[in-house]
Order: sequence, then C-alpha cells, then structure tokens
Amino acid sequence: MDAGTIVSINKLYKSYHRGDQTIPVLNDISFDIAAGEFLALMGPSGSGKSTLLNLIAGIDKPDSGSIMIGDVDVTTLSETELAKWRALNVGFIFQFYNLIPVLTAFENVELPLILSPLSRAERKAHVEIALRAVGLADRMDHYPGQLSGGQEQRVAIARAIVTDPTILVADEPTGDLDRISAEEIMDLMDRLNEESKKTIIMVTHDPRAAKKAHVIRHLDKGILTNADSQNTL
Amino acid sequence: MQILKILFKNAFRHKLRTGLTILSITIALLAFGLLRTVINAWYAGVEASSAYRLVTRNAVSIIFPLPLSYRDRIRQVDGVSEVSWGNWFGGIYIDEKNFFANFAVDARTYFDLYREYVIPDNQKEAFFRDRKGFVAGRKLAERFGWKIGDTVVLRGTIYPGSWEFVMRGIYRGREPNADETVFMFHWDYLNESLKKTAPTRADQVGFYMIGIKDPERAVSVASNIDGLFKNSFAETITETEKAFTLGFVAMSDTIITAIELVSFVVIIIILAVVANTVAMSVRERTNEYAVFKTLGFGGWRIAGLILGESIVITMMGCAVGIAATFPAATAFAAAMGAYFPVFKVEPATIWLDIVFSLSVGILAAIIPVYRTLKVKIADGLRMIE
Repeated sequence: MDAGTIVSINKLYKSYHRGDQTIPVLNDISFDIAAGEFLALMGPSGSGKSTLLNLIAGIDKPDSGSIMIGDVDVTTLSETELAKWRALNVGFIFQFYNLIPVLTAFENVELPLILSPLSRAERKAHVEIALRAVGLADRMDHYPGQLSGGQEQRVAIARAIVTDPTILVADEPTGDLDRISAEEIMDLMDRLNEESKKTIIMVTHDPRAAKKAHVIRHLDKGILTNADSQNTL
Repeated sequence: MQILKILFKNAFRHKLRTGLTILSITIALLAFGLLRTVINAWYAGVEASSAYRLVTRNAVSIIFPLPLSYRDRIRQVDGVSEVSWGNWFGGIYIDEKNFFANFAVDARTYFDLYREYVIPDNQKEAFFRDRKGFVAGRKLAERFGWKIGDTVVLRGTIYPGSWEFVMRGIYRGREPNADETVFMFHWDYLNESLKKTAPTRADQVGFYMIGIKDPERAVSVASNIDGLFKNSFAETITETEKAFTLGFVAMSDTIITAIELVSFVVIIIILAVVANTVAMSVRERTNEYAVFKTLGFGGWRIAGLILGESIVITMMGCAVGIAATFPAATAFAAAMGAYFPVFKVEPATIWLDIVFSLSVGILAAIIPVYRTLKVKIADGLRMIE
C-alpha cells in the first residue's frame, strides 16, 4: 500500500446466492483511496455500490480479494474482531439516518462511545463537541421525532464522527432529504473533509451531492468503469 | 447514558403492550403464589408437628375408638413421658359453613403436651375449673367475636344434641405456623354426658397423644405400644405426629398434585406470553439492532440488550405480582376461614416467584436473540419497521 493510501482494495469479488442461482455483484474490483480523500461511488441501482461500501465498512464479507484499511485486511477479521474494528475505525451515515427513536440526540451520539473506555464526563465532552460541529448544540435533548430530516441526518453525522474514526462511509446521505437540507448536509460533509481531513466514502445517486467529492468512481453491473475527478461531471 | 437506560426505554417503547404483558405476569405470579400457599397450607400441620409426640389410633380406622383403659398401659411403656387423649367432636356452630375443628381433650395433659399453645395462666386455671368451659385459638375467637365468659352452643353431629360451652380462654401459637383456629373443651364433659345418654359410647377415646422422651426412639416406643394391644379387640397403630398428619394430607394427594400442576402450567403460559412480546418487539427493531451492530456492538452486547429487556419486563411483573400476593393471601385466608388455619406466604414461594420470573425472562429471549444475531447487518439495515 502506498504511503498516503488509507484504503486499498485488491481483486474484490462478491456474489449473492438465491436458491441455486449465483448473482455476481462485484467483479474484480481494485482501487485505492488516499487518506483525506472524499470519494463518491456512483452507478445505477443494483450496480453494487452499496455492497462495495458495506465491504469497505466491514459489515459484509467478500467472496475473495482483500480490503486493507490502514494496516488491517478487514476481510480476514472474525465477526467479533470486525465489531471492535468498526467501533474504532468507521463512522456510518445512512440514508434514513437510523437514529434510535427512544434516545435523545445526545444519547444517540453517545451510543458508539459506550463501547469505549471513556468516563461519563469524557463522553459528555465528546458528544457536545460532535453536536456543536454539526450545529445542533441546542437540540441535544430532542428526540429524533422532534427533529427535521436534515437535523436528524446531522445527528447521524455527529454520531459517525464522535469516535474520530479513520473513515466515514455514507450511503445515500441525501437520499431522503429535500434539496436545501441535502445541500446543508453536503456542505457539512465537505467541511468535515476539508477541516478535519476525514476520509469520506459516499454512495450517491445525486450528481449535486457527488460534486462535493474529490473523486468519483462509477460502478456498473459490478465492474468499476472509471475514476473521475469531479470536474468531469 | 447507560445500557440499563436503553433497556428500560426499549421495554416501555410500546407502553400498552408492555403494560399488558406485565399485568399478565403479575396475574400469573399472583395465581402461582396463591396456589403454592394453598399447598403449603395443606402441609402446615405437618410442619408444625413435634418429633416428641406420637399418636395412637385404632388400627382399623381413626373413626373407631379405643378404650380409655389403654391410657394407663401406654403410660407404663418405656420412653413415654406423657399421655393425653381426645375425641374429634365434629360440632357445628350455628351453620355448617362456620366449620372449625373442635375436640374434646383431657385439658391438663393436653396443655402439658402442646406447649406451643400459649394461654395465660389465669385463663388456663379458669378453664380447668369449669367442666363446661372451652378454649379457642386467637383466630377462631376473632372470627366469631367470642370473648371470655361468652356462652357458645355447638350442635353435635357425632354426639347428637345441643352442647353448651362457656369460653374460658384464648390461646395463641408460640410459632407462626401454629394452628390458632381450634376449639377445645373437656373430654370429661363429653364422657359424663355420654354415660347418661349413650353409655356404650362412654370411656372411649378417639386417639391418644403421647409425649416421648427421645425422638430417636420414636419407632421402638411406637412398636412397643402397638405390641401391647396386639390380638386385642382394638389393635392400635402408633406413629409420629408428623406421619399421622401426613396421613390426613395424603387423603388430598390428588388435589394437591393437581394444584401443583396448575401452578406450573401458569408459569409455562406466561413464558409463551412474554416470549411473544419479546419476539414482536425485537422483530420490529431488527433494523435498530443492525445499527447497533454497525456501531460496533458485538453479539454478547446485542444479546444482553434483548435479554435485559426481557428480564426487565418479567421482573417488573414479578415485583408487582409478589407485592400483590400478600394482600391477596390475607383476603383469601379470610374468605376460606378455618379451612386453612395457617395460610402464610412462605419465603420459598417468593424465591420460586423470582427464580421462575428470571427463567421466563431468559427463556423468552433465547429465540429472539438467536434470530437477531443470525441476521446479517446489511440485511438488517434494509428492513424497515
């Protein structure tokens, strides 16, 4: 892996099985992601981009190939090791926010820190910093049901960054938002990338969202077709 | 924020469903607690029996009497310290529904032998002096509002006629498991009346109560007593007081077994109810558990969340059920009158409540835990409530 590369994917294959049928999803995928890069994965539905994101994030396993994140090949980790690794290294942002409805914004953001050895006071400090970073310091005690879609997604981003992970993965982060909220979320992600140098890997259908990325990779029927800089859009 | 907080918040996410489940557990444990207490009440006499006492009765059946003359011969058996005797009187107070145990006993020897019945000395002396006097247990006196000096009339069933008694004393149990619902009067009063009205039934004893010096010699003493009357016209069976009382309990063996079975069936039913609630809740939250996994929560933690929620629900029902058992038992005892002289919720019943609730909580969560852990994160995230 080159210096400055944070993710290195090599000869990745993934297929799903339905009865006797084998459906190939990813076919011989190899590419690197530099530390601090903002990558957008684009492609039509069923092209395998979410599967690729899940594999990079360690929530699914490939049929073959390797995924090096830093010095760790996540494809070789057991489920238990993967859970620990994810807690330390990956921040997740989902299309439908996936906040826990019975927990406040503060408690949702605090969730990943429960697994850490931080004290209660330290956790509180971290959560407040994360919520301030997404502009929701005044909404800490609100439940998800009391927030707008954009605010919910910002809470989800705060939850993703609160552990200071190595990479942020985002699956259609603006897919459930109106245009204005979507722009706010993309601005926030852009800021996180610029200011905090967070490596972001984002799956999106939205060309406007992809514009914020440094690099755009296209997938079609499980094959990586090209890697574009954003100005090719 | 702590895991416990998540457990409680999750448990009460569907307040109505959780509330109804807790109510079901409460009712089930209440039923279980009462049924166990009924069973314990059946055995209360056995628990209260003394190892220092034997009971001698007619070998054919307890309904056949023994001659009073056996008394002196029994007294002479080595190892016997005291002999008392009595008859089941079977009198009815006003109405048959007012049932209580009533015995004709030899008062002086009886109270020497049954020291667990505590009666003030002045009341005891007054009872000894009055041939028509009687003493009653505290609960029995309270039940009918009897006071010292009151005249009470029993209608004889085994010994026909109207029998008038004057209350001379109220006894209390030295231990909580003592029967405080017994009515005792002078055997001499019964015997002398019989001499006038039914002379053939006089000088006949229903049973002998025998004090022994050494419980370890109970078997040999009993054998020696029975040996005295072998091949006589009224052979005897002598057994420990515990065995004698157990003999009565054994008559209701089928009923007790049925109650015992029902009490366990109640627990099985509640297991199904809780399992259903937990399964529904967890299934609805498959997506959330996938999020927890994504955030790094391992299998044990996910299992802990589900198991904890199930235990929170069952233990809340358990707590309310236990709390409700005590007043319910008091009300039940009052309603059942003298049928259960000692009706007390035993600590063992409470422990069984707790153990069964915990077991139900754990068992109910096993399948939901297994299913949740089996779901792949990517599949779980795709599931929408």
